[in-house]
Amino acid sequence: MPDIHDESGFEPHPKPGVDHLDYAGEQGRVVEEDTLIEPDPAKREEARSLWGHAWRDLRTRPIFLISVVLILLLVIMAIFPWAFTDTNPRASDLVNDYLRRPDWTDFFGAGWFGYDGQGRSIYARVIYGARASITVGICVTALVTLLGGLTGMLAGYFGGAVDAVISRITDIFFGIPLLLGALVLLGAFSARTVWSVVIALAVLGWTQIARVMRGAVLTVKQADYVMAGKALGAGTGRLMMRHILPNAVAPVIVVATIALGGYIAVEATLSFLGIGLQEPTISWGIDISSAQKVIRTAPYVMFFPAAALSITVLAFIMLGDAVRDALDPKLR
Amino acid sequence: MGSYVLRRVLQMIPVFFGSTLLIFLMVYSLPGDPIVALFGDKAADPAQVAALRQKYYLDQPIWKQYLHYMGNLFQGDFGTSFTGRPVSEIMADAFPVTIRLALMAFVFELVVGLTLGVLSGLRRGSVVDTVVLVLTLVVISIPVFVLAYIAQTVFATNLGWVTPTVQDSTDLSQLILPAIVLGSLSLAFVARLTRTSIGENLRADYIRTATAKGLPRRTIITRHLLRNSLIPVVTFLGTDLGALMGGAIVTEGIFNVQGIGNVLYRAINQKEGPTVVGIVTVLVIVYLVASLLVDLLYAVLDPRIRYA
Repeated sequence: MPDIHDESGFEPHPKPGVDHLDYAGEQGRVVEEDTLIEPDPAKREEARSLWGHAWRDLRTRPIFLISVVLILLLVIMAIFPWAFTDTNPRASDLVNDYLRRPDWTDFFGAGWFGYDGQGRSIYARVIYGARASITVGICVTALVTLLGGLTGMLAGYFGGAVDAVISRITDIFFGIPLLLGALVLLGAFSARTVWSVVIALAVLGWTQIARVMRGAVLTVKQADYVMAGKALGAGTGRLMMRHILPNAVAPVIVVATIALGGYIAVEATLSFLGIGLQEPTISWGIDISSAQKVIRTAPYVMFFPAAALSITVLAFIMLGDAVRDALDPKLR
Repeated sequence: MGSYVLRRVLQMIPVFFGSTLLIFLMVYSLPGDPIVALFGDKAADPAQVAALRQKYYLDQPIWKQYLHYMGNLFQGDFGTSFTGRPVSEIMADAFPVTIRLALMAFVFELVVGLTLGVLSGLRRGSVVDTVVLVLTLVVISIPVFVLAYIAQTVFATNLGWVTPTVQDSTDLSQLILPAIVLGSLSLAFVARLTRTSIGENLRADYIRTATAKGLPRRTIITRHLLRNSLIPVVTFLGTDLGALMGGAIVTEGIFNVQGIGNVLYRAINQKEGPTVVGIVTVLVIVYLVASLLVDLLYAVLDPRIRYA
């Protein structure tokens, strides 16, 4: 007699690329083998999962492709900045290079974007500045998704007292605006690195994901296949991980992608205000802040880091927009 | 309705205490001694430090400090800043300025954002729609402090329409540029949210019914479409008023508006605990009241929602 909790015995493990409709077909074959029409390969193509549909949809969207290329470029820039420039971003020559204007003939050279008020190559600083922004954006989003996803899942799945407690805690953190809270939190530290900014933003930012996740879990929990899983004796962990999570994660991914651009903007704002990253970390926010002094005489000192920052934020927001449109069945 | 309001207010109480406790802990239990910082570079006299600590209740354990603060707060006393000025007096000076600025930004984002959203939502795929989509995307991507400098350079330095910084914070005409900058990000969100919402509702059955029974297009749009499409927008606007006041920290700094953002920024830098806690507490209250009002507005906008 097989143990009822041994899931491998009856759980249909759909092969990659094969979805639940095929499984229903196999069930049908047992009952009425003669009348079953073999699924036409073309029709099978149509009956993809939500993710299959989304992927097929995304591949043809120019906005998606542009943002992915931009983001890949930025990530490579963050990991291997020296591949884009051989100029030291911290080297300063006040005698020769003080506020030297951009030289358009110097392609990818130190003087391409000109020099800042300390005689440093703006091009090299824009390249090296990507690391701080990308690190903060990706790490905060990862932490926030983990923390918010977990609390939202627990609140949505268990409901009752667990939900009440978690939801009130979420409300408490939600009531404190992100920028304001981060200013207060980071203001207490005299030495701040990328990691203190990451932790401050993650501690204050997880509530949005938690709310979205809770809402999605509440909806998915009602689905028949969750009931079926429960009836077949699947444990809490298995129901959460195998049945609810894959079906509730779509809105979380959309919100997290759009929020990633927002975290990069908040980091730059904090650094701009002098309460985020500090020298010698190279950050677009710090560079924009120090460019304030020379904005009248040398606007290009602010222009290039500001443009880099805006393009980065734009790339992530466009990616999030495209993913949302692809995942939202209402718009299809 | 009455019992719903009561339940919501009861739910707000733990959130209020939780948020203020969180702020309190962030300000007072993190490293950095505000009293020693008061002395700057000079060596602090231990006796004087001890006296100051006692005066500001800082020699007590943190939970006692919090209870003491809350006790005073409910008598309308926000404490005294380290410079000796009552925090309520500091806030009474700065809040009206920020409220004016935030309200102007709010009206701007509401009127312009809704108009753009409705125009593009009704004509999906048209030139107007594309322009609105691209413009809002650009505004969302450019951080507010960069936008502030662009506005300052273009309208003050190049065109000379306004002064680059605000000389007199009570003069509404000087606040227009900062208000537009402050409201621009939310404006983009309002426009996009309205556009999406209208696009979804246009395909709803009740719109088809209204068209079928021959109602004029204007009536369909204002009575049926707008009313139903506004619900997500109202949710956003409600939480946004508090965010505008908090977000004023950057705009007020760049345009030299002597409002709550400027005061708060200085207070954070100088580790002025009482001022920081006071201002953030008021902002939390504004946020809580606004979200309550939003929930009540739902019932007005959508007759299907009834609060039992």
